[in-house]
Amino acid sequence: MPGVFFPEWLCCRLHRSVPVSSFRTDIETAVPALRRYARALTRNAETADDLVQETLVRALRSEHLFHGGEIRSWLFTILTNLNRNRLRSLARRPSVVSLTDQDAPDASGPELGGRDIERALALLVEDQRHALLLVVLEGLSYREVAEVQGVPIGTVMSRLARARSQIKAYLDGERPALRRIK
Amino acid sequence: MMTDNTPVTEEELHAFVDGELPDDRKAAVEAWLASHPDDAALIAAWRTQAEMIRARYGAVASEQVPERLTLARLMRNGGRWKGIAAAAAIGAFLVGGVAGWMGHGASAAAPEPSAQFIEQAMNAHRLYINEVRHPIEVRAGEAHLLPWLSRRVGATLRAPDLASFGLTLLGGRLLPCQSGAAAALFMYESGSGERFTLYAARLKDGQSSLRYTENNNLAVVRWVESDVGYALSGPPDKTRLKSIARSAYDQMENRAAPGNRSSNDPLISRTKS
Repeated sequence: MPGVFFPEWLCCRLHRSVPVSSFRTDIETAVPALRRYARALTRNAETADDLVQETLVRALRSEHLFHGGEIRSWLFTILTNLNRNRLRSLARRPSVVSLTDQDAPDASGPELGGRDIERALALLVEDQRHALLLVVLEGLSYREVAEVQGVPIGTVMSRLARARSQIKAYLDGERPALRRIK
Repeated sequence: MMTDNTPVTEEELHAFVDGELPDDRKAAVEAWLASHPDDAALIAAWRTQAEMIRARYGAVASEQVPERLTLARLMRNGGRWKGIAAAAAIGAFLVGGVAGWMGHGASAAAPEPSAQFIEQAMNAHRLYINEVRHPIEVRAGEAHLLPWLSRRVGATLRAPDLASFGLTLLGGRLLPCQSGAAAALFMYESGSGERFTLYAARLKDGQSSLRYTENNNLAVVRWVESDVGYALSGPPDKTRLKSIARSAYDQMENRAAPGNRSSNDPLISRTKS
């Protein structure tokens, strides 16, 4: 029922008469990278593509707000902000963490590396996760990440440092006690 | 030849790994690593992390992009939503009517503590900034937005113009608040998707000037004017949020006493930082 009540105004404001431009080509080119970034942020394919879709809808709608510059950085900015909004809202709900996969038989199998980095990323504060993924996965420069996050470069560097040291601690074995529960 | 013996900082180690180190420091860092195995191990660990991350997620970029994420599809959907929007406008009136009716019998309730007011504003902010396609009930362009919300809340409301801060009014919605009365929520958005909300409801708490509260990565500036409480919520940047709130406050006050504008307040900042 609630779906009926809520306007989808934002989406209907897609401009009908925007000229086909390199703007759209640039957006389309960025989609694979946006999906990759979103997947690593959310660790869920469906949620990730929802985020990307929302980013694209917003970008297309805001074409007139784009005053040149790097479209890719701008798209990462939108996606990062959307993800931050999403997490803020999730933070209000009781945290639901499934423990079942902790006991999954593949815990020592070939998937181990992938799962470990996934869990390590999940432990980070959102801003640190954004910074680290933008740098190591998306190859953005510190300056670009600073623009995306709206903070000074020094803040980006300290987020990066904290992220790396936490991941290292996790991978080195300082794991949450859950691991030992069998 | 002089060797640069300046100790290498941890920041430089990160910059080295990320290819951000100025050329004239590369040799120094390399020399440093040769004689500092702990730091060399640290760098190796960071590189391994990066490789793990790329190994885990890199392939996503080579996947076929799902059809729903193609621009052709996204542009085509522009028309389909119009019918839903029309239905939603009707829905907005229904919701508004119910909330207004609920508020009818409860107007004589005890004064609300302002802490509760702030909490309600924060809850509303958190709930609705997450809504991407339908964060509001009635959009900014609709002529009935302000009359409708003013009538329901029981006070003349105004959505301040925050364009000088790069914020566009998306629209507003009606919410139930404590004791069943009605509150209005206006939502603003920046070009990069940051959202601010202005929450307004009747509040008998005396006059009060701007007060800043920060909690769990969210900040609120609230004030009370003519028995209406306002709470502006947004990212926790005190200077910026207070500037925006000050501008909103001034605009409301200006409406109450037209022709008597004074904007010498140093808190008003027109910069978009």
